[in-house]
Amino acid sequence: MSTAVRVRGLTKRYGDVQAVAGIDLDIHAGEVFAILGPNGAGKSTTVEILEGHRTRDAGEVSVLGVDPGSPTRAWRSRIGIVPQTAEDVAETTVRETVRHFARYYPRSKDPDEVIELVGLTGKANSRIRQLSGGQRRRVDVALGVIGAPDLLFLDEPTTGFDPEARRRFWELIEGLARDGTTIVLTTHYLDEAEALAGRVAVVSAGRIVAEGDPASLGGRATAKAVVGWSEEGERRFLETDTPTTTVLELTGRFDGEVPGLTVTRPSLEDVYLGLIGTPA
Amino acid sequence: MNQTLARPAAPPVETRQPSTVHLGLARAALETRMFFRERDAVIFTFAFPIIMLVLFGSIFSSQVEGTGLTVSQLYVAGLIGTAAMTGFQNLGITIAMDRDNGTLKRLAGTPLPRSAYFMGKALTTLFVSFFQVVILLVIGVTLFDLQLPSEAFRWFTFAWVFVLGVVGSSLLGVAISGLPRSAKSAGAVITLPFTVLQFISGVFIPVFTLPSWLVNIASLFPLKWMCQGFRSVFLGDAGATLELANSYELDRVALVLGAWTVGGLVLCLMTFRWKSRRDG
Repeated sequence: MSTAVRVRGLTKRYGDVQAVAGIDLDIHAGEVFAILGPNGAGKSTTVEILEGHRTRDAGEVSVLGVDPGSPTRAWRSRIGIVPQTAEDVAETTVRETVRHFARYYPRSKDPDEVIELVGLTGKANSRIRQLSGGQRRRVDVALGVIGAPDLLFLDEPTTGFDPEARRRFWELIEGLARDGTTIVLTTHYLDEAEALAGRVAVVSAGRIVAEGDPASLGGRATAKAVVGWSEEGERRFLETDTPTTTVLELTGRFDGEVPGLTVTRPSLEDVYLGLIGTPA
Repeated sequence: MNQTLARPAAPPVETRQPSTVHLGLARAALETRMFFRERDAVIFTFAFPIIMLVLFGSIFSSQVEGTGLTVSQLYVAGLIGTAAMTGFQNLGITIAMDRDNGTLKRLAGTPLPRSAYFMGKALTTLFVSFFQVVILLVIGVTLFDLQLPSEAFRWFTFAWVFVLGVVGSSLLGVAISGLPRSAKSAGAVITLPFTVLQFISGVFIPVFTLPSWLVNIASLFPLKWMCQGFRSVFLGDAGATLELANSYELDRVALVLGAWTVGGLVLCLMTFRWKSRRDG
């Protein structure tokens, strides 16, 4: 498996604030990689350095084999960026805008196909100003992928979406990932990371505090389970390494159905909050 | 296509980048389209010099002593100077907006060369200014007895004063676009120096009635020289006696406008910011 992004010892300081305090990262070609972290943790700074939008103080960075500190046109042609907030290109229609941006790239996709891909065919002739927030975001994605990028950066793509729009947006991203695009996603939403990403990194105070697949992040897969049930009018909980045994014992004690039985493992959110040092 | 994606270290050599000139023209087409769709801005941009011309031309309809010229003819020449300087105001404001609303950041993330962005702005400005000048000339000829020059050299003078004036003042606009803290304040920040310049450069008030210290200040900026150049075109030899030097000093007009074009370019390169101040 080849490496799309390689980072070693990355640091960045703003005045007194050490925004990035030594980050190492390896993102493989073709994977969806999510970077999680609270506001001010350094995830946006890190991603902007990878995008070539920001300089770094120290460390080695290679994105698609190129140092983003000195971006070239050829390299820019292989990168797609979906920015966090954008209110630009408001007076042009969806089709005009996507067609215009297609001209910037040496091997762009077909504009109408991209508009179809993001589900805006019905709105192709609408001015972007008239679109809803979710539709507007789809235009951003269209402009991010029009150049047929090898690597796509998505910065908090679904902030402000209603649940249905988020679900449809996820399908769009899954489709791009299936086509082989490497995707680097930053998000606040843990369910989003869990649904989309093959691997996640949690950034806190400028460092990566955990990295792995969402199902086993921070020892989640092997963590103790909590068995809960109701007995004598109150809720009982037991933390255990062997929940199956506990449930069997309870089945014996109640002679059949255990009232209000639950078996839970820590959610990604519990693990995440533990990692960034916030009491759950 | 999917198979070629996972080759980070080998950028596709066979793909050629689109030409900067084509992209500059595409930007100009897009910017012009966006400009004309912002209907209120269009109306006021074009209405300003027209209303001023009709207003001043109607108020001061008297003759200028000993020249056979009317005051309104002076205004036509002066307001053509203003029209040629529209780029200062327009670019100063629109680039501040582009910086604020994410346009510049989005473009910086694409392979679009910066020179193509500036070429688009410059061509759009030339086009809009030219359009304004045509309207002013039509009004001048039909309402205020303006005589269009018949000699070819006068039109040659018109052409170089116009192009140098538009380019020089546009570059000044690009340079000043970094001054406002945000797009919201851009209008106020840019309008003040522009209005002051109009009053001290002979647009609304003939230069010979101004105190010399004000003329000295105005002489540092391009507008005074543009107006002087346009007076030489439209008032002819009869008007030369109204000039402070009893001549249109076309050599100095060329010198100052040329210096502003070069100096403006240097100023742009030194001060231009792709990011807003909030982005650091």
